[in-house]
Amino acid sequence: MTEEIIIAGFGGQGVLSMGKILAYAGIMQEKEVSWLPSYGPEMRGGTSNVTVIISDERICSPYLNQFDTAIILNQQSMDKFESAVKPGGLLIYDPNGISNHPTRKDINIYQVAAADKANEMGISKLFNMIVLGGFLKIKPLVTPEMLHKGLEKSLPPRHHSLIPKNEEAVEIGKQLLTPYHTL
Amino acid sequence: MAKELVLMKGNQAIAEAAIRCGADGYFGYPITPQSEVLEHLMAERPYDENSPAYTGMVVLQAESELASINMVYAGAAAGKRVLTSSSSPGFSLMQEGLSYLAGAELPAICVNVVRGGPGLGTIQPSQSDYFQTTKGGGHGDYRLITLAPATVQEMYDFVELGFDLAFKYRNPVAILSDGVIGQVMEKVMVDDYKPRWTNEYIEEHCPWAATGHRSTGKHRIVTSLELEALKQEAINDRIQAKYRKCEEEDTRFEAIQCEDADYLFIAYGSAARICMKSIELARAEGIKVGLIRPITLWPFPTKAIKEIGGRMKKILSVEMNAGQMIEDVKMAVEYKVPVEHYGRYGGVIPTPVEILDALKKMI
Repeated sequence: MTEEIIIAGFGGQGVLSMGKILAYAGIMQEKEVSWLPSYGPEMRGGTSNVTVIISDERICSPYLNQFDTAIILNQQSMDKFESAVKPGGLLIYDPNGISNHPTRKDINIYQVAAADKANEMGISKLFNMIVLGGFLKIKPLVTPEMLHKGLEKSLPPRHHSLIPKNEEAVEIGKQLLTPYHTL
Repeated sequence: MAKELVLMKGNQAIAEAAIRCGADGYFGYPITPQSEVLEHLMAERPYDENSPAYTGMVVLQAESELASINMVYAGAAAGKRVLTSSSSPGFSLMQEGLSYLAGAELPAICVNVVRGGPGLGTIQPSQSDYFQTTKGGGHGDYRLITLAPATVQEMYDFVELGFDLAFKYRNPVAILSDGVIGQVMEKVMVDDYKPRWTNEYIEEHCPWAATGHRSTGKHRIVTSLELEALKQEAINDRIQAKYRKCEEEDTRFEAIQCEDADYLFIAYGSAARICMKSIELARAEGIKVGLIRPITLWPFPTKAIKEIGGRMKKILSVEMNAGQMIEDVKMAVEYKVPVEHYGRYGGVIPTPVEILDALKKMI
């Protein structure tokens, strides 16, 4: 099993930390992982992305241009990465702020209306975990137990009291997931 | 903290390895994409008795790269295990110091997390400092023993290995990385903390070191200056003899899927990682291609490339530059096998598919 994922959105949406939690959870499950962020001018322009690979085997390139899954959180990232999903692959996006919805017919596309839900519940900081929940619903790469351990590893101890809230947000994401176009 | 598996960036792995292998000092100046080295050292506080990572290691942000490399010179002259790190423009500023370290036969590590040039260039990953690092960016007949990590684990492992080689040959060692390996987070197995060398150990193992201790009563002079030509030639002879020994004993490489290959990639560092993916794609299409990954760029694995590369129909040197290592590859196969170059530069990373296309075009 090898899963090659791009997570892309605005800086501050928790793109990098979502990837980090996933990577840590992968490690806990004794998988090989790699987490490669965009850095520099791209980030300063407002967009941020991270390539996460989780695999049972030695990971070749940490840098990729085709992905099994794209998790997309703004229009710029949609424009850039919709075409980078492998045929038969998966695209998950938050429709909030998206005016040009994806048009590909050869991939599975799902929506997670995470931004609206997070605002409604007053948990805007957990937006990324709601999105992650949507992803894990379709591809349960890591078990809830390992996700818990991943959160413990990636969050500083002073934030460990927030782990249950993060886990709730993941569950909400699983429920919010809506098919947009499936094969 | 004992031996354990952690997730960290390549840059952090350099810092963590320095602390855990018992390095005595780090002197550096921030520059993207390697600033996490200094940042991680400052976060771990090995100099602070109250820190769990306390080893007594000195960590100092110098006022410039020139200051950093000269602080390294001083620490090395005292027999201490010291290092610095920078990225391309900063590494250029350190060339004079590296030449002096080589001339004075001092052991030290300089990490270069390469970004695209020339000039201030870009902050994105590149391998455009190959010539500078392997052919001697400073003046004089010297070489930097050059290690090229391709994983975060190797970033970690090559710090202690680098110190071993630096002290074995009394010569500076470069760890030539790039923005990809510096920024990527991967699993790393870290070691237990090792104690720093004691003064007694240094006295015993580094009889050349100017430690400032009066125990031996002998003056020890560390210098790269010798005005008498014949004496300077003798010093050069001694240095060259070390280099021949290093070529003999410490050339490292990895050969991947070369046994049945018709074609060969030669690539190091992150380019080698990307080539591994291209091999996967190529073999799925029935193209038998392998990879030689030089781990030491100097000494270059000339013999291995001559032997393995000599069996190939064609060789593609894949580099994140406009074609530098290809010269060493051509010489290694003595121009008997066609060698072509594929590269992206200026901070652009080639994709696995692009490299596969270049291979197909070549064959």
